[in-house]
Amino acid sequence: MSLSKTRLERVWPLLPGLAALLVTTLLLLAMGTSPVDAYSAMWQGAFGTSARVYSVLAFLVPLLLAASGLLLTFKAGLWNIGIEGQIIMGAVAASWVALRVQLPSGLQIPLELLAAMAGGALWAALAGVLKTRGGVHEIFGGLALNNLAILFTNYLIAGPWQPPEGGSFRGTQPFGAHALLPLFENSRLSLLSLALAIVAFAGVALVLTNSHWGLRLKALGQNARSAFLLGVSSNREMLLAMAVCGALAGLGGGVRVLSWFDSLRQSISGGIGYLALMVVLLAGFRLVLTPLVAFFFSAVLNGSITLQLRTQLHSALGDILTGVLVLLVLLFGNYERVRRAFRRRRSQADG
Amino acid sequence: MDSTQLIAIFGSILLQSAPLIIAVCGETISERAGVINLSLDGSLLLSALAGFAAALLTGSLLLGFLAAAAVGAVFALIVAFGSLHLRQNQVAIGFVLAMLGDSLSAFLGQNYTRLPGPSVPAWHIPLLKDIPVLGPILFRQDAVVYFALLLVGATWWFLFRTRAGLELRSAGERPEAAFTRGVAVRKLRYIYAVLGGALVGIAGAAYSLDVKIGWAEGHTRGMGWIALAIVIFGGWSPLRGALGAVLFGATKALATVLQRSFPQVALVAFNAVPWLLMILVLVLVSGRLAAPLLARAPAALRRPLRGLLQAAPPAALGQPLDDN
Repeated sequence: MSLSKTRLERVWPLLPGLAALLVTTLLLLAMGTSPVDAYSAMWQGAFGTSARVYSVLAFLVPLLLAASGLLLTFKAGLWNIGIEGQIIMGAVAASWVALRVQLPSGLQIPLELLAAMAGGALWAALAGVLKTRGGVHEIFGGLALNNLAILFTNYLIAGPWQPPEGGSFRGTQPFGAHALLPLFENSRLSLLSLALAIVAFAGVALVLTNSHWGLRLKALGQNARSAFLLGVSSNREMLLAMAVCGALAGLGGGVRVLSWFDSLRQSISGGIGYLALMVVLLAGFRLVLTPLVAFFFSAVLNGSITLQLRTQLHSALGDILTGVLVLLVLLFGNYERVRRAFRRRRSQADG
Repeated sequence: MDSTQLIAIFGSILLQSAPLIIAVCGETISERAGVINLSLDGSLLLSALAGFAAALLTGSLLLGFLAAAAVGAVFALIVAFGSLHLRQNQVAIGFVLAMLGDSLSAFLGQNYTRLPGPSVPAWHIPLLKDIPVLGPILFRQDAVVYFALLLVGATWWFLFRTRAGLELRSAGERPEAAFTRGVAVRKLRYIYAVLGGALVGIAGAAYSLDVKIGWAEGHTRGMGWIALAIVIFGGWSPLRGALGAVLFGATKALATVLQRSFPQVALVAFNAVPWLLMILVLVLVSGRLAAPLLARAPAALRRPLRGLLQAAPPAALGQPLDDN
């Protein structure tokens, strides 16, 4: 009756995915929607036309930037939930340059992107200082800073940066063409930003696998005390990891305002930071998997937005699909561990 | 502002704080036993929806609260199972559940948005309601507020004055020692994590059926994280936690009043208050600020101030358990 162990072990990695699909299928049935129609709408929404694929790639850019940064902070043992706010402050800083500064074209965009990185790094450093100096766990400091960043954006949009025709509360006036990233074939994709994201990911990969700093972060993440004994200044390394992560996230925020949108909007990030945390968790902090998972998340999210437009079903369905997947992989992904947990239980029951 | 107005404001602060008080008690119980349930934000959202939907569909408030408690308990059970049996990181599981609860509530709640629904009726307690000042504040409320107040006392008494409470705390402080003395640490952690989760669920329904009646996407978003921060501020004590919840409610009420008086100040400044407060308060109780502050305080004040400012988390909070 039962599958042999090796066979079960072989299909094991697929089970969380199937179970997540089962959950969303049941939800769709409960809502009276045909799952086949819904999934095909999602597929069409992600890969149906070349424009859709460009959109998936455009959404991928900030997600991959943020996820790359998180690989560093997780390595140092930090839960940088504040990454959402770091994306937002990057967007704010880039918008400030785009609205207020006018430079020759070769300088304008580099300055905007640098400002974005500085904005994100600053916000991350704030969370870092709250942890190292203030003793506030980075989860709570980060969450508070996320909400403050959102409120600050809303204030700018409704106040000092409102469009001249009066605040619509939705966004600032569109930036001038000189301030925006060049787009690929009328899509929202900037090839430059995609290249930057790939370079950033490669840089992080290099740092983590081949540098002394990567080694020090690892020591810090695995055991703060032994890191201290090795002479690693934990506060400085933590702050540096936070700032670099924030800079990458901020760059992602800058890309959002300069290519995905053309202005600063109310939900400029819209949860990309939290999504990036889920990406890294699903990838199990593994370098190679991170961009693949980020691409998958981007496709699901774009697909579910199309689904919402076509069927009025809430696009949160995509988040449920990815969320259940991450949860199940976290819980049951490691076959050996699960087997041991249940064997232990059985032996306890026997004994 | 005359005294009747002031009394009315205090009464409304207490009502507004009631769900937070309940959630803080639930999480305090869970963390005291050693399990961090970080899923609170998602768990509150989904249980608020479940409570509202169940009460609307069945016409029974009690079933609404039960459904909400079940949702909260299941979330806590997943955290407990993941960490106690599968030895996975509690923070990671809790975070993912917080996100998942948010998306589930957004998706499942789309047909329940802004519907009129049932709500907990006011219930003034005879005799007690006529006590001057205290009567109108404490006893002209509804069952949710009385439940929250009784829960604070009951949780404190249970944790610090009963043998079972001592075992609960030992599971969170020194699980190995407790285990060798015959305390079923893992079982206790399961029980109290799930109980705490059920209370969080009740807090969710307290929002959607009483304090913030109805459902809309993101109905209680943010409150779960604030409750988690208040547990830290409360030094893992239900009394101080409840005080924190009420102070939080009072600050919000004050911000609302001030906003009416100073309409020229941007609304955003008032909305920022809870989050600024969260940072300030956590810095204050972290010890880095409290220790030098206490050293300078007059000797007579030092003891009570220390009780108010300092607290260490349970020593084995979030730690896995080696019991075999």
